[in-house]
Amino acid sequence: MTIAADPTVVLAPVHEEEHGPTGILKWLTSTDHKVIGKSYTITSLVFFCMAGMMAMVMRTQLASPDNTLVSQHLYNELFTMHGSLMLYLFAGPFAFGGLANFIVPLQCGAPDMAFPRLNALSYWLYLGGGTIMVSGFLTVGGAADFGWVSYAPLSNATNTPGAGPDMWIVAILLTGFSAIFTGVNIAATTFYLRAPGLTMFRLPIFTWNMLVTAILILIAFPVLASAMIMLWCDRHLGTHIFTVAGGGVPVLWQNLFWFFGHPEVYILALPYFGIVTDVLATFSRKPVFGYRGMVFATISIAALSTSVWAHHMFTTGTALLPFFSLMTYLIAVPTGVKFFNWIGTMWRGSLVFETPMLYAVGFLVVFLFGGVTGILLASPPIDFAVHDTYFVVAHFHEVLFGSAVFGGFAGLYFWYPKFTGRMTREGLGKASFWFMFVGFWITFVPQYILGLHGMPRRIAEYGQGTGWQFLNRISTGGAYLLFISVALTLVNFWVSWRQPVAAGDNPWDAHTLEWGTSSPPPHHNFYWIPPIRSERPVWDYNHPDHTTLDGHGAPAATPAKEPPTVASPTVGVAPASPDDGDGAAGGTAE
Amino acid sequence: MKVEAYVLLFIGAFFGLVCATYWFLSYETSGTLMLLGAMLLGFFPGGYYFWWSRRMKPRPEDDPAATRADGAGVVAAFPSTSIWPFVLGMGAASIGLSLVFGLWTATIGFVLGGGALLGVIRESRRGGTI
Repeated sequence: MTIAADPTVVLAPVHEEEHGPTGILKWLTSTDHKVIGKSYTITSLVFFCMAGMMAMVMRTQLASPDNTLVSQHLYNELFTMHGSLMLYLFAGPFAFGGLANFIVPLQCGAPDMAFPRLNALSYWLYLGGGTIMVSGFLTVGGAADFGWVSYAPLSNATNTPGAGPDMWIVAILLTGFSAIFTGVNIAATTFYLRAPGLTMFRLPIFTWNMLVTAILILIAFPVLASAMIMLWCDRHLGTHIFTVAGGGVPVLWQNLFWFFGHPEVYILALPYFGIVTDVLATFSRKPVFGYRGMVFATISIAALSTSVWAHHMFTTGTALLPFFSLMTYLIAVPTGVKFFNWIGTMWRGSLVFETPMLYAVGFLVVFLFGGVTGILLASPPIDFAVHDTYFVVAHFHEVLFGSAVFGGFAGLYFWYPKFTGRMTREGLGKASFWFMFVGFWITFVPQYILGLHGMPRRIAEYGQGTGWQFLNRISTGGAYLLFISVALTLVNFWVSWRQPVAAGDNPWDAHTLEWGTSSPPPHHNFYWIPPIRSERPVWDYNHPDHTTLDGHGAPAATPAKEPPTVASPTVGVAPASPDDGDGAAGGTAE
Repeated sequence: MKVEAYVLLFIGAFFGLVCATYWFLSYETSGTLMLLGAMLLGFFPGGYYFWWSRRMKPRPEDDPAATRADGAGVVAAFPSTSIWPFVLGMGAASIGLSLVFGLWTATIGFVLGGGALLGVIRESRRGGTI
């Protein structure tokens, strides 16, 4: 279908349905970024829940010394698959496959992603890869059990034989290509499909961060894919790339893996930084403080993150300690700029603590502490002392849980009305947040202390005399609170599905273009786009008297404490106003 | 188009600098080569965009004062639905599985992949859903 931006095109009715297949065939054949985005979101949340259940089993196993709930071998499979599912199949795809797929074209004022069929292919590769990875549990030898980092020579055919590890390798290849295609798509969409007047420095920070994430994906994932192919050759073709016996170098694996692995951490963090920036600005009723600083900080973080990979390898003795330590410290500078700007965005704003805002503020606190312990680990002497202990486990859970779960849930609650046209329940959402926030600290602070007491990571049992039982039991209790929190969110979605409350086009009185169309958006997204004269076109249109910082204290359209039962009074889809003299940008033709 | 070019060129320049520094400090090959790859990833598309940005009129999306009328015309062609990405995805998964279970799954994969290729070509030629 050709999209004509012809001012004479008659605007279609607001809730015109897409003409095409319905039911299961719609999900199989759609190339609409919104359908694919929803598929990604739902699939990644399913993987999130599976990985979360694995974490529950592991925490239960560790609650008592000498526990025999699961065998050593099964425990190895569980922590490997927990990490793999969370990192490869949830945190990344949820952000750049789910939220970005849905939101980036809307924030650009585009009718779809630049390459819709490639976008659909990305999803099917991801689903195929994810299914293959999880199916490893069904094989005779069980799933992969060499940790999500798959270190050589542990991952060779002698130490971890069987179909499960091979399926893991295939799954990483498939999902890796899926990520690369999505990266290409996001970059092309932001470069080529922006609406007139939407210059690069008017893009919402979420889209900026997704663009930078896409570039990071294009740098990192090809390295991972080639490493996986080399690993497979070592396992099956008799090559010795990573084995000393044949003249290979095991530490080469770590170089290749972490050249992917550390940018991957930022591929998993930057999108959530973007979500939090948009959420904080919306619920502070202010523009983003230091917009350009935010953009430059994002680019700096991305660049530096690709130059620090060997700080995961300090204890191998092969890493250039001063170089990688210094580069790692440097990342704190742009991250600090971001924190300063987030606080600046909230400063003297009229804050509204709806559920997405709570999660965003929770992210700030959690991620800050995770980041500070990361600074500790950047120091080689400290890293040598706590390497491979629970201190490291606690650190990266704080960073990744802070971004992917707190930030992710902020985004999920923030855009759920746009995804579905329905509101979630504030009470359930807030309860979910507080369970998560409290449960989080109870789970992970004891793990820092356990690490300092020398508890190694990836052990299935510990003895009576170690003195680790008390802290482990507290940590397990906290994990159960996290389980309750996620369950409450799922109940929230179920309630909103069974007893829908209409959201209206712009329930949060938000700023950016996605809130200028209906909820959910029509096929090809926009019947009409407001004039774009700043990075907040929808705010400018809805609040013509409050386009500057003055007067932001009292929002003209107060967001309802209770979810509105009728369409919000703020304008989402409206006929083109005669005063700005230019017509429809996204009318559909043919 | 200029901002897009500068972002990519900055990335290329940054990795060029880091690559040189890292090589002369460590003489370690794998990391240097990967940094070199990252540098080229910035310079190739960045150079292309920069070359174009000096030879084209600013697009409406690069003009802060553009109105929607400036963007009038065909935006792009978008397929509405297509079964072929699904078929190709399943084909790719089957080919991947041949690394685990042997070449017979690749046969299924190549049939599906080839079918998807023909299907997309037919779909594009017919033009119905494009």
